[in-house]
Amino acid sequence: MSDRTRNTPEMSQSAASRRVAKVGLDSLDNLWFQVGGTLCNLACEHCFISCSPQNDKFKMMSLAQIQPYLDEAVVLGVKEFYFTGGEPFLNDEIFDILEATLAIGPATVLTNGTIITNRRARELARLEANSIYSLEIRVSLDGFDEPSNDRLRGKGSFKLALNGITRLVEQGMLPILTAVQTWSEAEHERMLAGFKQLLADIGYTRPRFKIIPALDLGAYQQNKIGPAVTEYVTEEMLEDFDRSQLICSNSRMVTNSGVHVCPILIDYPDSRMGESLKATTGEYRLRHPACYTCYLSGAICSNFSSGGQSER
Amino acid sequence: MRVALLGGVYNNYLALEAACEDARARGCAKIYCLGDLGAFGPHPDKVFPILQEYGVECVQGNYDNSVGNNREDCQCGYTDPTDNHYAHLSYQYTLANTSPDNRRYLASLRSEIRFTVDNRRVLLCHGSPRRVNEFMWESTSPTHLLERFCDDYDADIIAVTHTGLHWQRALSDGRWFVNVGCIGRPANDGATHVWYTILDTAQPEPVTFVPLAYDHERLAQEMEAERIPSEFIETIRTGYWTTCLEILPAKERKRGIC
Ligand code: SF4
Ligand code: SF4
Ligand SMILES: [Fe+2]
Repeated sequence: MSDRTRNTPEMSQSAASRRVAKVGLDSLDNLWFQVGGTLCNLACEHCFISCSPQNDKFKMMSLAQIQPYLDEAVVLGVKEFYFTGGEPFLNDEIFDILEATLAIGPATVLTNGTIITNRRARELARLEANSIYSLEIRVSLDGFDEPSNDRLRGKGSFKLALNGITRLVEQGMLPILTAVQTWSEAEHERMLAGFKQLLADIGYTRPRFKIIPALDLGAYQQNKIGPAVTEYVTEEMLEDFDRSQLICSNSRMVTNSGVHVCPILIDYPDSRMGESLKATTGEYRLRHPACYTCYLSGAICSNFSSGGQSER
Repeated sequence: MRVALLGGVYNNYLALEAACEDARARGCAKIYCLGDLGAFGPHPDKVFPILQEYGVECVQGNYDNSVGNNREDCQCGYTDPTDNHYAHLSYQYTLANTSPDNRRYLASLRSEIRFTVDNRRVLLCHGSPRRVNEFMWESTSPTHLLERFCDDYDADIIAVTHTGLHWQRALSDGRWFVNVGCIGRPANDGATHVWYTILDTAQPEPVTFVPLAYDHERLAQEMEAERIPSEFIETIRTGYWTTCLEILPAKERKRGIC
């Protein structure tokens, strides 16, 4: 996530062009939970927080840990709740957690889909039917055939994920297939058609997609911001910028170790802003190279903030 | 007091006229429109004389702000590329066919209308009280957020549109939140009628949704004559949405067929 363009250093007179930008929370609309920790049954090459069966840097979260944040979210007016990991369905308490969430608002689960059994699919459908709120399941794939997907996500993952999607569709759910656009614009129609055909073959005839723009290494050149002197976001860069494009202006991420500024930076210790949501409404300094990338590729962030999300 | 609340008109002047007549017949003292006069339908300029004739007071929607100020896009807030493609087609058409006078009128509209009757403070706005293009869907709008809107924006009844689907929720202390839906296109339920809302502030449960039949076949034919994309026309004839679906949350999406 943190590719940078090498810029020619340039002397600038303006202080705003050197000062690190700060972004505060406009309103806490989206609350994320690292409910699966960094534990995953897969170990995808491109996973940017390196989840795997062994990585327990972040632990799974229990309902008891999550409930206080849900209570706080009600007071703060949170609009949507997101659950990610790792793989959320490895968490034994995920259904209790979703039930508690759906009592107060809409929930979205980001999953690799590989362990969605009949029982789990039925349970998800039941939870959604019992709530006035939507329960969205986003399943990640990296290609519409086995080789292209398994190359990145591991052998056998394609079949298992497809099986998971099938189970959800059988229960009347409308899962959202999420893929990072690793193909060129010219190939886009063909790729989309491939995904559609794949889903039609398993009986999913009105599929939903979230195609997440991949980080464009050339984004810097195409951007009209002019040469930057830093690899962080400066105050000057934000002057005519729509801050709502940045996740940190409307979201927070809760992990077992506290509340972090956004879902992207949890690996950096200084992304932790506090213990309670209330304590994290202040400003955050966009000092990380990842922030700079985030700023350049606003589309990724806007996907996040509108509910779309690339899996880590 | 009984008033009629009309959601997005989307150039559907035939439905607008039918709604105004119906509201009058049902004894509405006043008619309000919550914004988005233009979009999918034909002949944008036909909407304005009807607004005048019936004394309709309008809130400025994102579309009105865009057309009124000659902006590049409609600010609908779609994120899917296909959704945006269709949104752009209708926006270009509407922009090109709205007269300068009507554009000035659109630019002059206020972003909210407030009044107090029967001891209830009513707030009419477009997307939400805090953002003109916020989507307030039934299945993604937590009750605690709606309560907070009432607190923060000093209102007992809040009415919005922008999504095109109508719903309501009772809140604490007799307060109320309603999305009035839209009269511009059907509600993705397989019926060709559209919906508007009657608000009766004297009633403890103040909201009634009114299904409204209008000459939808004539609208469809006029759209054809204007070479408006067939996807939009299909919606008018079938009652199901064919575009701008990706923004629908799971529950709302399930009710349609696309
Ligand atoms: S990308 Fe998703 S599925 Fe792959 S290892 Fe990371 S968390 Fe697991
Ligand atoms: S990575 Fe992006 S969302 Fe996170 S703090 Fe930096 S700018 Fe904000
Ligand atoms: Fe709108």
